[in-house]
Amino acid sequence: MNIRTTAGFTLSQKHLLGIEGLSAGDITGLLDLSEEFVELNRRVEKKTATLRGRTQINLFFESSTRTQASFEIAGKRLGADVMNMSVASSSMRKGETLLDTAATLNAMHPDLIVVRHHASGAVELLSQKVECSVINAGDGAHEHPTQALLDALTIRRNKGELSRLTVAICGDIMHSRVARSNILLLNTMGTRVRVVAPTTLLPAHIERLGVEVHRDMREGLRGADIVMMLRLQRERMSGSLIPSSKEYFHYYGLDTTKLKFAKPDALVMHPGPMNRGVEIDSAVADGAQSLIQEQVEMGVAVRMAVLEALARNLPNA
Amino acid sequence: MVSDRRPILLTNARVIDPSRDLDQTGDVLIADGVIKEAGKNIRSAGVPEGAEVIDCSDLVVAPGLVDMRAFIGEPGAEHRETLASASLAAAAGGVTTVVCQPETDPPIDDPATVDFVIRRARDTAIVHIHPMAALTKKLEGKEMTEFGLLRSAGAVAFTDGMKSVMNAQVFRRALIYAADFDALIVHHTEDTNLVGDGVMNEGEYAARLGLLGIPTASETIMLERDVRLVVETECRYHAACITCEASLEVLRRAKDKGLPVTASASINHVALNEIDIGSYRTFLKVSPPLRGEQDRQALVAAIKEGLLDAIVSDHNPQDVETKRLPFAEAASGAVGLETMLPVGLRLVHDGSLPLLQLIKALSTRPAELLGIQGGSLRANAQADVIVFDPDVPWVLNRATLKSRCNNSPFDEAKLTGRVLRTIVAGRTVYEYV
Repeated sequence: MNIRTTAGFTLSQKHLLGIEGLSAGDITGLLDLSEEFVELNRRVEKKTATLRGRTQINLFFESSTRTQASFEIAGKRLGADVMNMSVASSSMRKGETLLDTAATLNAMHPDLIVVRHHASGAVELLSQKVECSVINAGDGAHEHPTQALLDALTIRRNKGELSRLTVAICGDIMHSRVARSNILLLNTMGTRVRVVAPTTLLPAHIERLGVEVHRDMREGLRGADIVMMLRLQRERMSGSLIPSSKEYFHYYGLDTTKLKFAKPDALVMHPGPMNRGVEIDSAVADGAQSLIQEQVEMGVAVRMAVLEALARNLPNA
Repeated sequence: MVSDRRPILLTNARVIDPSRDLDQTGDVLIADGVIKEAGKNIRSAGVPEGAEVIDCSDLVVAPGLVDMRAFIGEPGAEHRETLASASLAAAAGGVTTVVCQPETDPPIDDPATVDFVIRRARDTAIVHIHPMAALTKKLEGKEMTEFGLLRSAGAVAFTDGMKSVMNAQVFRRALIYAADFDALIVHHTEDTNLVGDGVMNEGEYAARLGLLGIPTASETIMLERDVRLVVETECRYHAACITCEASLEVLRRAKDKGLPVTASASINHVALNEIDIGSYRTFLKVSPPLRGEQDRQALVAAIKEGLLDAIVSDHNPQDVETKRLPFAEAASGAVGLETMLPVGLRLVHDGSLPLLQLIKALSTRPAELLGIQGGSLRANAQADVIVFDPDVPWVLNRATLKSRCNNSPFDEAKLTGRVLRTIVAGRTVYEYV
């Protein structure tokens, strides 16, 4: 099956290490390509052969259920041979092992490596040691580009565009790679971006990334088209940044009362996995305004688009 | 290359001697391991028989550099650096005296280890090497070391290297006791609780890279505390590695009060800022971290005015195992002995520092603070002298560094000026060919 109406689209780079460095044209191109895979994924026959003969390795130094599954399904639907390597974080915490692993995998001639690692910059470091294309599936608190792309696709399908919208990103901005990638992507596309969090969960000088900063969630949500919630990454907090999850939910948890401050047709997103009752109330998460399940669906399509776009740059493609 | 002790006459040089505020064209005569004469027209007295006469037209002759802060792996981490390899690097960089830090394995915290380092340096190194001894036993920040005995053994100052003494009572008692011996206490000023898991300067750039930040308050608070303790103890105190503008204000207040407080900054913090880290370049991970450009400029201005006394190399060799890691997991430290002068000359060439002031911070002031020879071209001073071309352009290839490790933040940097000859106690130990 060949459904390429965007066959001319290519990325100008070998790896997808982050949203940083992508142009508005690159992003639009990837989203357009993703749309075609959304259609494909809803058919009975979901397979194509565009990655036939290619080897894709999913190398996860940090545990993940949905991202790893999403990349695996994406690769398989494109016809690639997909291998998952989940590296127990306890036995291979050392970066030396990261580069040794990179060299070992490289010798097996993979075409695409999807990497998640707990340290910011680790995926880029690995990309310097291998000859194939590398996709960042999340590095520390730095970037998670495919999440930002799937969020953008979800928004675009529901709102028709990305510019002229106001998106409020709420929660643990400090430790969130999802927030960074989304800020970069939405700024590139001309979206108005707000961040809403207590100051202890905001990196210093976050406003210089081109966002409006709000400490009061009601003010932050006022007039917003999209409310993007972040997981409160308690396991990452090295210090006591908030007094309790109870107080956090009181001021920063998204419930139906706070959601009323956003536009009446505002939509709610969450990258998952959710802490119900900590950052988001179940009534909102499962409510009519929630896009959370759609985000998961878009995730597979976006990852297929990224894999295919990078594969088009591979030798003998 | 290493010559005998023939007299050396350096002629037609631009002679820089900060110990006399001297910056003039002239000659320098070296014999018997000491400076015989330095100034104008000393040749009229005749050239000593057998002297090696070197024309130094367009070149600078200055006292050799005195580096107050270098981490050397001997004993314990000889694969990173030995006293011998560090001295080769030092000689190539015009550093004639290196003060090594006690963060070795075992640490330099007893007189026998001081004695070992001094003997080992005498037997294997081609420049002078003096050890600083540990301020607290095993560098643990709990109990003070034997300041009196360590000093007698040859320790020039006391420090816990890259570690801060967080316990204020331990530090206060050490200052009180050290004052009786007129010992110099050198302290790395960082509140470790405020540093936390931070790995680079807190700010926009850390936010972009997704790395945890270290606030400047971690340094300023510790310096404030220390100055407060110096007020009551009158102990001679030196802040080892100042990085930010706010700390300079604390330093200024202390000096204005006439307290025995001095400070240095590393060549890295004087020449680089946080943005140079670029895309997670671990060779630029140092402790304390590189700060913003405004802080860097403030440091340069403080050196110009003499508020900051010295510039140190903060030489810290790290190998592939400790540097080829994700940024947060990589070790801190950068080699610097060989590049300190050419990098410092950047500040001269961009007009922010007179050459005399640069040499003062790199040589004369450190020697004064430590009470050791060097840093002067006065008659009868120990002949630690360098000849350098301040204007020759070159590009650093880290593979050519003489240090056992090549973790230089200046790899592939364009530099202007290089050392052509290094003379230690009247003997030429390095010549650029």
